[in-house]
Amino acid sequence: MELELAMNQLPYPILSTVIFVPLFGALLLLLFEREGTVKGIALGATLLNLLLSLPLLLRFDPRLVGFQFAELKDWFPSLGARYALGVDGISMPLIMLTALLSPLCVLCSWRAIEYRVKEFMFCILLMETAMIGVFSALDFVLFYIFWEAMLIPMYLLIAIWGGPRKDYASIKFFIYTLVGSVLLLVAIIALYLHNGTFSIPEALFKGYSFRFQYWVFLAFAIAFAIKVPMFPFHTWLPAAHVEAPTAGSVFLASVLLKMGTYGFMRFCLGITPRASVHFAPLMVVLSIVAIIYAGFVCLGQEDMKRLIAYSSVAHMGFVTLGIFSFTLWGFKGALFQMLNHGVTTGALFLCVGIIYERTHSRLIEDNSGLGKVMPLYVAFLGLFCFSSFAFPGTNNFVGEFFVLLGVFGVNKAAGLAAIPGAVLAAAYMLRLLKRITWREGGEQAPLADLNTREVIYLLPLAVAVIWVGLAPKGLSAVMEPTLQALIEALRVYL
Amino acid sequence: MGWYAPELFTFCSFLVYFLISLRKGTRRYVRFLAQVLSFLGLIIAGASILEEGEFFAGAYRVDLFSQVFKLLLALGLFLVFAMGRRSPEEVEEGYLPEFYMFLTLGTLGLMMLVSSVDLISLFIALELSSYSIYVIVPLRRGHGAVDLEAAAKYVFFGAIASGVMLYGMGYLYALTGSTNLHHVLEGLREVALEPMGVMALVLTLVGFFFKLSLFPLHFWAPDIYEGSSHLTTTYIATVPKVGAVALLLRLAFLAPQEAKAFVEVLVVLSALSMTLGNLVGLVQRDLKRLLAYSGIAHAGYVMLGVLALSGEGGASATYYMAVYLLMNLGLFLVVVILSRRGENVLIEDLKGLYRRAPLLAFTLAVSAFSLAGIPPTGGFIGKLLLFTAAFKAGHLVLVIVATVNTAISLFYYLNLVRYSYSREPEGTSEGVALSWGERVLCYLYIVLIIYTGLFPGPLMKIFEAASLAL
Repeated sequence: MELELAMNQLPYPILSTVIFVPLFGALLLLLFEREGTVKGIALGATLLNLLLSLPLLLRFDPRLVGFQFAELKDWFPSLGARYALGVDGISMPLIMLTALLSPLCVLCSWRAIEYRVKEFMFCILLMETAMIGVFSALDFVLFYIFWEAMLIPMYLLIAIWGGPRKDYASIKFFIYTLVGSVLLLVAIIALYLHNGTFSIPEALFKGYSFRFQYWVFLAFAIAFAIKVPMFPFHTWLPAAHVEAPTAGSVFLASVLLKMGTYGFMRFCLGITPRASVHFAPLMVVLSIVAIIYAGFVCLGQEDMKRLIAYSSVAHMGFVTLGIFSFTLWGFKGALFQMLNHGVTTGALFLCVGIIYERTHSRLIEDNSGLGKVMPLYVAFLGLFCFSSFAFPGTNNFVGEFFVLLGVFGVNKAAGLAAIPGAVLAAAYMLRLLKRITWREGGEQAPLADLNTREVIYLLPLAVAVIWVGLAPKGLSAVMEPTLQALIEALRVYL
Repeated sequence: MGWYAPELFTFCSFLVYFLISLRKGTRRYVRFLAQVLSFLGLIIAGASILEEGEFFAGAYRVDLFSQVFKLLLALGLFLVFAMGRRSPEEVEEGYLPEFYMFLTLGTLGLMMLVSSVDLISLFIALELSSYSIYVIVPLRRGHGAVDLEAAAKYVFFGAIASGVMLYGMGYLYALTGSTNLHHVLEGLREVALEPMGVMALVLTLVGFFFKLSLFPLHFWAPDIYEGSSHLTTTYIATVPKVGAVALLLRLAFLAPQEAKAFVEVLVVLSALSMTLGNLVGLVQRDLKRLLAYSGIAHAGYVMLGVLALSGEGGASATYYMAVYLLMNLGLFLVVVILSRRGENVLIEDLKGLYRRAPLLAFTLAVSAFSLAGIPPTGGFIGKLLLFTAAFKAGHLVLVIVATVNTAISLFYYLNLVRYSYSREPEGTSEGVALSWGERVLCYLYIVLIIYTGLFPGPLMKIFEAASLAL
């Protein structure tokens, strides 16, 4: 596959701007003391960034294969590391997702964060910089720096503003991801010594020897599997989710997990195609185990956040299943699922945050019977729950359908094995929804329904759920050429 | 300005402190004076970075390499003095002029050391710096027995290391008939593969291993760190190590490329040093002891650059030492500030630091992350440079050992951050007030550590040129 860099044609370096506007916002808000000002600056910076990132979507040329809006500068010549940025049909939608979610995260923390607001907003903005950086970096050193830079604010978000077991959860999160990162670094150095450059596009499809691919794949795969997280590396996720503040959970679920699957698509498939094919059966089995196992675990959860956290494991199982089916439908479904999971699960975590602010409990039991007192809330929650178990007409249906289409095309047994997962999802989500809406014995105390701020940050996600569910074609057109090229390049190895 | 400006200025400052120490009466202004003088010293070292030449019949060489290291030494000295506001709590006020005098003299010795290219001038410079430090180790208020023990240990170990080093130098002289390093280099070519040549070189390096606290000459470090005053420890933990690395680079580059046995010795020492430092570091409760073991581990890391025996390795080791200076000073700043009455700081004392002093907690976090080698800090780039240099020189196993070690060390560095961020402060622990000078220092360390992690290019260019000058 011949990859070309289409340099940025816009009057301003769009990717650098989108990466660094949040960082400047973060530095700016350090100068102010008043809480209101700090929140305003954080919201302003994230909204401005969303606005500035729009040309990525509007001016994106789907006919181009390879990276667009590219920027290239010398950065660290003695190591051969460059400041190289660029996006393609895989990374662009993920950047848009990040840019969309960041202002929502600021909004949802408006009242929920009661102390050290400045530091909190600082962390949120740093996270946005690092996350967008990861998706747009085309140089391994740059990629790795962004990848790790994300870890520190996320750790602080859990460790400072987390729940009662934050000490345990934050350290577990950190150590798990860092072990993965060390392996990632080893793989990067191995590639550097082989290629003599840290450039990512130059490392793709080079025809390395199988032995080399085998080891590099293993290093990559463990690093990314921890991040996704795939079974059996998932145990850090529920702990981290439960203890993290709402905005932290949203970032974690909606963006951070995607980095694992993004890594699989970009690096494992592109750099180690033969090893990826070799290991595909194992990855498929692990994905299916994750889907089924996490589904059963969800059925028994009493804590809303834990339930959604485990459902993430199942959803991400569909993504990895799609990736390792090596079909266009599978890839498309996987990418769709990545975005959908970002929207839906993000929204569900926001919903939990909203109710937690009112009742200070995340237990399903304490929050049941809301149908009467908070009808608007239940309407939103219902929509997102339906979306989560892939009800036709919602976004997840499209993604899961594509994935299953792809999987059935190559292996009927694997497809059949994944089906119960979809049924389980309906069971646990409906169980949650039922118990939140109705209550046995006694009425729920009167609670205030959604206020305008809360509606404002749920509405864009609700629109996305229905829009993608009913008209997936636009999104599909953006990603199709990139994925088509990827599958063409992989065909040799199948 | 002459080539000798940094040395001369440091010597003059030494004389100033000496004269002050002769007078009786209040000497509170000495602290301020020391800060001003060391800052001027830093500027002068910076201004004379491009000087070149050879002096004293080729025994003293001024080149970019030596000048870069002199700048680092001057920077280290200034930063140590700059954090000294709380030092009177620790060092008897009456001894303050002597305290500053000997630290300055020690730095003068190190500056001469990095320019020495003759075994004799090298030995004199090294001893000048060692003896100054021997004197200041026991200068600590109210810890009679502990610091005397520390001082005695340091003197004994130091004397033995010097003796062994002299022994090695004797061999070098016997083998080559010269004390000039360049002649020694030529003479060594013929005998480099013989056990005698290897022994001579390794024994000569012992004096520097001692300063760097590299295995097996690390025994002194934990006790000295624990026993001597915070400022002395800060100094010992940073500045002499920079000087030692400079000379290790100069000497190691003497070894011809084919001296496999010599490199193998260094590989083993490096691997043992980092493994031992990190494993023992895991169980330390006293912050200064922990930093001592961390120092032993870092001595092992920096050896990767030395034993690569390449210009690239040299530049990486220099870069790492520059970053090491900053991140260690950052952590010691936290120790100095947290220790109210000069007592040692335990990990438990960090609990809830982010509530008591957010800026301090952040300085601690950045320094600790940098020591652990996590981007975007300078520690990461430094390690990346060291690892690739060693890798290119073919030391795959050692790089793997170093990587595993990085992962192990992470645990105790992270523990510091964890205590200060996710543990709640105990009952009545009140806030920690920072003076504006301390605030500036905190910001300085944070910015510099992150700067070295994001823009290594310009500095690396200088360091590469410097190691070409070797």
